[in-house]
Amino acid sequence: MASTPPLHHSAYGQGINRAHSPLLVRAVPWLSVMLGTLVPLWLPIASAPLMPPISFLILVSWRQLRPGLLPIWAGLPLGLFDDLFSGQPFGSAILLWSVTMIAMEVIEAQIPWRSVIVDWLAASVIIVLYLLATLGLANASGGHVLAIMIVPQLLVSVLVFPLAGRLVSWLDNFRLMRFRTLF
Amino acid sequence: MAPPNNRRTGFSKRAQYNAFYAYLAGFVGVVLGCVVLLTSLSDHSAFSGLRGLASDAVAPVGRAAATGRDEGSSFFSAIGGFFTSGARNARLQKETEIARVKLAEAEDLRAENARLKALMGLPVGDIQPVAKARLIASTPSSTRRFATLSVGRAAGVDVGMPVRSPLGLVGRVLEVSSGSSRLLLITDSESMVPVRRADGVDAFAQGNGDGRLHLRLINLGPNPLRPGDVMLTSGSGGLYRPGIAVAVVTELTRDGAFARVLSDPSSSEFVVVERPFAVSLGVPDPDQAPASSGPLAKH
Repeated sequence: MASTPPLHHSAYGQGINRAHSPLLVRAVPWLSVMLGTLVPLWLPIASAPLMPPISFLILVSWRQLRPGLLPIWAGLPLGLFDDLFSGQPFGSAILLWSVTMIAMEVIEAQIPWRSVIVDWLAASVIIVLYLLATLGLANASGGHVLAIMIVPQLLVSVLVFPLAGRLVSWLDNFRLMRFRTLF
Repeated sequence: MAPPNNRRTGFSKRAQYNAFYAYLAGFVGVVLGCVVLLTSLSDHSAFSGLRGLASDAVAPVGRAAATGRDEGSSFFSAIGGFFTSGARNARLQKETEIARVKLAEAEDLRAENARLKALMGLPVGDIQPVAKARLIASTPSSTRRFATLSVGRAAGVDVGMPVRSPLGLVGRVLEVSSGSSRLLLITDSESMVPVRRADGVDAFAQGNGDGRLHLRLINLGPNPLRPGDVMLTSGSGGLYRPGIAVAVVTELTRDGAFARVLSDPSSSEFVVVERPFAVSLGVPDPDQAPASSGPLAKH
């Protein structure tokens, strides 16, 4: 009955001489948000905005899963990248994502207890405010869309958020995967 | 998951400064965002060069994705076709018979049109397209509806050119870079297309924000529109040439109607870029010839 356990076994790999890849550890959060900006562009050309803001959901998920992993100024470069493709007036994501990162820092200091429900609730408030703000800025840049038009998008975004959290936790496992090293 | 207890930086001056500068950089992001946003709101083309470079850079991936998307959707429609082929066959036969009659009538009209155009001295014949292209990307979550076109300045595309698919009008070119261009779809709420019913009821078609168009009648009075009416471009304004199908009326309102776009961008595989109608007629562009008092003043 006595089966010997492996020398080293964790979710991130097994065996001796295994270490995290410094490249993956640092790059995955940034790349995942940037891919969240790019990939939805290539899905079927949409005539109405229904798609949740995937890059923003991924950013919020990373901030909740690993506080402090993305620095507080991450909204500036990532928002700049998002603005290049999102169709929003340029600067919209730089501003709103920077505000989000600061706001989440404040929320975390005020409400330190955490659970799935609290996280989802906090993220829902942030997502709804964010989408309404993007609508306001898009209208300021020449659109004339009523807030009622984005209600389906709001609902989809709030409901999809836990899936973004799942994706990010899977990416986090990938980030911390151990590879064989010689030294 | 408990929050990390790493807010306290301890006695290390280096850690304290790092934390301080990170917060400072966060607020710099907010301020910079405000400045950039105000700049781009006051001048819409302020960052178009930067956007163009970015869209050129990812255009190859977009082209590949467009091919995959077409194959994916045709795969699914092929499967769906097995289940609906019988009913569709019967419907198509009926439609063909109707279409044969309509074709004869259209032949007659075409001959009459050619005769009338010859009388008025308008150029006869099809308008030569500037370029044929693919829609390779669109804004997914913003309420503004922009798409990216797979050709740019290198193919002769220029700002303001109308874009159409075989099914109908798609939009017009807003920004051009060397290998791709940005399109304002007609479903965007800033897009305004002059349309009319074939018998001459004039309206403006404006994007409604949910993928439909809002038709606003020009002449107020009893609403002459009926669900099922097809709206075509009227040609007024000189941007879109007359006779391109735009939308089908689905729902009437007090001062017009809501209409479904005929050329749904998600099914517009290939599109054609054309010259603006007035330019293709030989009317000088008012931007390039400010001395003339209007685009039609010389006629």
